[in-house]
Parts: sequence; C-alpha cells; structure tokens
Amino acid sequence: MDIATFSVQLLNAVQHGLVLFLVASGLTLVFGILGVINLAHGAFYMLGAYLAYWIAGYTGSFALALVGGVAIAFLLGLVLEEAFVKRLIGRDHLAQVLLSYGLILVIDEVRQILFGKDVHSVAPPAWLQGSIELTDVLSYPIYRLALCIACLVLAGIIFFIIQKTRLGMILRAGAENRDMTRALGISFDRVNRYVFAGGIALAALGGILVAPISTVFPGMGDSMLILSFVVVVLGGIGSVAGAAFGALLIGLTDTFGKVFFPQVSSILVYLLMVIILLWRPNGLLGRAS
Amino acid sequence: MTKTTRYTATTPLSMIALDRRRFLYGSAGALAAGPFAGLATPAIAQGAALKIGFMLPYSGTFAKLGQYIDAGFRLYVEKNGGMLGGRKIEFVQVDDESKPEAGTDNMNRLVGRDKVDVVVGTVHSGVAMAMVKVARDTNTMLVIPNAGVNEATGPACAPHIFRTSFSNWQVTYPMGKVMYDAGLRNVATITWRYAAGQQMVDAFKEGFTKEGGKIAEDLALPFPEVEFQALITRIATLKPDAVFAFFAGGGAVKFVRDYAAAGLNKSIPLYGAGFLTDGTLPAQGEAANGIRTTLHYADNLDLPANKAFLEAFKAKTGNDGDIYSVQGYDAGALLDIGLKAVKGDWAAREPLIAAMKAAKIDSPRGTLTFNKANNPIQDIYMREVRNGRNELVSVAGKSVDDPARGCRA
Repeated sequence: MDIATFSVQLLNAVQHGLVLFLVASGLTLVFGILGVINLAHGAFYMLGAYLAYWIAGYTGSFALALVGGVAIAFLLGLVLEEAFVKRLIGRDHLAQVLLSYGLILVIDEVRQILFGKDVHSVAPPAWLQGSIELTDVLSYPIYRLALCIACLVLAGIIFFIIQKTRLGMILRAGAENRDMTRALGISFDRVNRYVFAGGIALAALGGILVAPISTVFPGMGDSMLILSFVVVVLGGIGSVAGAAFGALLIGLTDTFGKVFFPQVSSILVYLLMVIILLWRPNGLLGRAS
Repeated sequence: MTKTTRYTATTPLSMIALDRRRFLYGSAGALAAGPFAGLATPAIAQGAALKIGFMLPYSGTFAKLGQYIDAGFRLYVEKNGGMLGGRKIEFVQVDDESKPEAGTDNMNRLVGRDKVDVVVGTVHSGVAMAMVKVARDTNTMLVIPNAGVNEATGPACAPHIFRTSFSNWQVTYPMGKVMYDAGLRNVATITWRYAAGQQMVDAFKEGFTKEGGKIAEDLALPFPEVEFQALITRIATLKPDAVFAFFAGGGAVKFVRDYAAAGLNKSIPLYGAGFLTDGTLPAQGEAANGIRTTLHYADNLDLPANKAFLEAFKAKTGNDGDIYSVQGYDAGALLDIGLKAVKGDWAAREPLIAAMKAAKIDSPRGTLTFNKANNPIQDIYMREVRNGRNELVSVAGKSVDDPARGCRA
C-alpha cells in the first residue's frame, strides 16, 4: 500500500470514527448521568435522518433540516424524559431495556406511518457538493470533509461544556458521586431532563449529518446502535473522552480490517472489544465501579 | 369471494391454542372420513374453494416486495373472475417477516392448521429454504415467487416445488460474456458476504472466466453493513476495467451513491445484478446513470403482455408494476394452467404437475417455460439506467436455463 492510498484509508477511518463518536457520545452521556440504558438510541439516529429527508424535501434547505431536526429531537427527548424515562432512574436494567425496546417499536411504526418503507436520499447543501481529486481515478467528496470538521467542532463543544461550564461541573460531580452532589443542594431533575434530551438530539444530529452520504432507510439505526454500544463499552461507560478514543479505534480497526483482513473483517471490531475488556474490564477510561 | 386471515407473530396465544384443538378435531374427522373419501365426486371437490396460503413478508425490510407479489397474484385471479382453472380461490396470509428462524413454524401453520392446498412464498432465501424443507416433508405444493437461492431448484428440487422468479445463477451468468464482449478483461467484484450475494457473484465469475476474463479481486463485507468507503478506495487502487456489484435495498442506494461520489463512475464503469438498481432508483438519483445490470425484466419491455399488465396493475393498485408484481402474477398464471388441465380437480396431482411442468406462460417479461427442476427458462436482459429507468439495451442471454446442479428429480 503506497502512502497516498494509506492516507486516504486513514481519512476514511477517521471520518467513520468521528461519526461513531457523535452518535455514541449521546449514548454514553445518558448512560453515565442517568444510569439508563437507552436501546432506542439507534432509532433516534434513524429518526434524525428521516427528519432531514422530510424537512430538506419540503424546504429545500439542509440548514433548516439541521436546525429543525435537532430541535424536534430535543423537544421529543424532553417529553419522553418527563413521561417515561424519569420513572426508570434507579430501577433495574430490565425495566430500562423493556421501555427503550418498546420505544424502538413505536418509533419504527411511527416512521412507517409518516414516511413509509422506501429508501430515500438527501442532497448535501449546494456549496458542499463538489469533490477533491485525490488520485487519477479517486476523488473525495467535500461533504465528507465538512462532516469531519463538523464532528470535530461538536466534539470540541461537548468537551468545553463538560470541562468548563457549571452544567459540566455538575455532570462530572454527579458521575463521580451522585449522593454527595445531591447533599450539596444540587437537584438532578432538570439535569437529567436536559442530558436525556441532549443525548437524543446528538443521536438525531448524527443521523441528519450522515443522511447526505448515507441513505435514509428503515434499518439504518440497528447497526449504528450496536456499534455505539461497542464504543461506549470500549471507552468506559459514561466517559465522553473514552467514547472518542473508542470510536476512533473502531474506525481504524474497521477500515484497515476490511483492507488487510477482508475474510475476518466482520469480527475484528468485536475481537478488539474483547481484548480491551480483558485488559481493562471497565473500558479504556472507565472507572472501577 | 376472497377471504383473508392474517396471522403474525403477535397472534394471541389463546387463538393458536384454540386453533390447535380445532386442528386435532379436524384431522380426526378426516381420518374417519378416510375410507369414503374416494367416493366424493370431482364435482363436489371442485365446489369448495381452493385454499392458497400466501407466506410473504408483509412487514420488515422486504415488506414492499411482499406487497407487490401479493398484488400481482391477486391481479391475475381478479382478471380470471376470482378463479383459477375454474376453481374459486380463498386466501390465507401469513407474515413471514423475512425471519428464517420462524420459517418452519409459519409454514407448518399454513400446512397443518390452515390446511392450505398450495403455498405461495417467499422473498427471503433463508425463509424459502425452510419452506422448501416443509413442502418436501409434507408433500405440499409450493410456488416460490421470488427467492433466488440456487438450492431450491438444485439439490432440494422436487416435482411439486416450482419457482416463477429466477435462480441467482441465472440472473448474473450471462453478464460474464456480455462484459467480456464489451472488451473488459480485468474486473473486481463486490457484494455482501451472504448466500445470495455469493451465488450471484460466483455465477458472474463462472461466465466471465469461461470467456477468458480475469478477476482483479473479490471484495465483500458482512451483510447488511453499508460502510463502503474502505472498499471503494481499494477499488481505486486496483484500477480494474470495471466493477461487478450485487447489493439491494438501502445498501444498493448507498453503494451507488458512494461510488459516484468518489468519482469512480467516471473511469471504472459499474455493472451488476439487476437488484442493484431495481426499486430504489428515485433514491439513487443521478448517481445511477449509466449503470448496466442484467435481470429477467426491464422497465420498457415492448411486449403486448407487459403493456397490458402494467396498465392493469396501475388501474388496480395505483402503483407502477415491477418485476416482483410480475413474479406474483406469473405464479397465478402457472397454477391456472395446471388447474385448467385437470378441470379444477386438485386431487389429480400427477397430471396437474405434468401440466405445470409443461406450461408455457406468456409473461409480461417474455415467454416462460420450466426446466426439469421447475425453475423458469427465460430471457435475461441487459439494461442501462437512463433518467431514472432501467432501459432495455439488449438481450444478454436468450432462454437462459439454470443448470439445476444437484437436482435428481
């Protein structure tokens, strides 16, 4: 493999990892702060992509789809937290799994009623439609580069919120020792609501951003959900930085696995997870519970 | 009159239990009637409606395909005044959800409890193979209106198992010669690593290497993964003369769009099995222009039967007919031919099967006859995507016959 091809594959790997991080960060936040396993995370990713298709189709504007889709997902998250999820906090994992699995079925059915079963595509904004010539036959779509940058910016924002703001301080304190934080007079009711809605919004945002390079189809959330869980477990549950490492590691393993070991590429990601968990049972940056 | 019942995985248990009691009672009655059964005249037998069991995906990934097969079959029955071969028809529906693990149970339910005379299904090859097994064990007549798995009309073939669609081999084998004749010598293949993908790619390779073509590399990824970027980059480094691909549904759309976005469509032409561009062209958009595929159908086939079919299908459903609806329609035609030959007497099994084997159907896709394994012998068309349609370019293979490897019928 020459250096040019290697660079392109590296770019592919990083881009894959960044998208994974974006989706998985919401999952790990909800997991870490609320202690709730949200199996419906992939369904919200799918919903985001369908919202992008729907809004962009009506208005012709991808920017509107981005803002509108995230806003709808955030509001939906607030409603769901108030109606269902807050009842789950502190309950056993079986109740959480049942509820979020139920959400998958409901979201799927709603999607079926609103958008049908067809496969759709979303056009990227006009100013991002070109591509850059990499070799004599291969070019790289500008949208993919923009997607990488968008993911990096979002990752920066997430880290800024967690490290530098009051909300982030509460989140970190809550993840460290919930009872002690509560004893200091901090209520988690509102924090939980915003974290859950934020997590949903991140999943939907991932779906919206990916829609132009992916396609919009009913089963798109399933594989994303599984990979997101791998990222979360690999990185350490609740650790956003861990999710970032995990996502990049999976992006690299998956991409180069397909190139160098095509026959076993499907199991490499899971093999990586097993090895890392044997070495660090709580994930890369997870704390011992 | 047609009656429909729909049982799914969500049918209440109490209902199933009740039905099992009725089923046991029913079979005891049949046993008692046994010695006298021969006395019944054909006229009485023909008075009762023929029970057709649809086992199709009415939900899940392949729901749309199931819906079109169903509609095509019903269109044929309607056209015949609600009858096949002079017999009234009654439908029983089961949603197979494209779940292979539930295939045997669903099929047993149709055969054992609902006592259907013939089963029509299905789309998913794994489910179809479970159905084939039950059909062989219970000697039930089965008509497969889509699943292309080679084995169904290969090692698992049986006189009472018919297919009105295609075999995986059949669709892509003719592509080998066509591509070689177009001057392409070095071709890379790409597909999902599962039975249908493997069989279609293998058949293409068989045809292509027989002519003297060379395979640059076989690329594959797990089903139904859609992260193609690494393999597309690999294709760009291999620089083959062309790429042969098999994907379907959402995966096909993403692959075609990724391929075009990487600029490969400008220098390395994309070929494939027809399923790459069938049913999802609106979502593929301009990225699909120029893709050449082989299939047993094309959107603009200039045949009287096709025009009449498309018109009738549009009038009945409001949708444009496609290959899946044609396959359902032909399943109706095949049963009609068999039943006509025996004047509606389903019990005359041997002449019925003989007539179906000898059937010559004037299908919307062209003339259809059947080989010794009951797989259709049909023309395979070369199509090119132009302005959102799979337009006919040429006939890639005339009367292509599946070799029915392993069939000892």
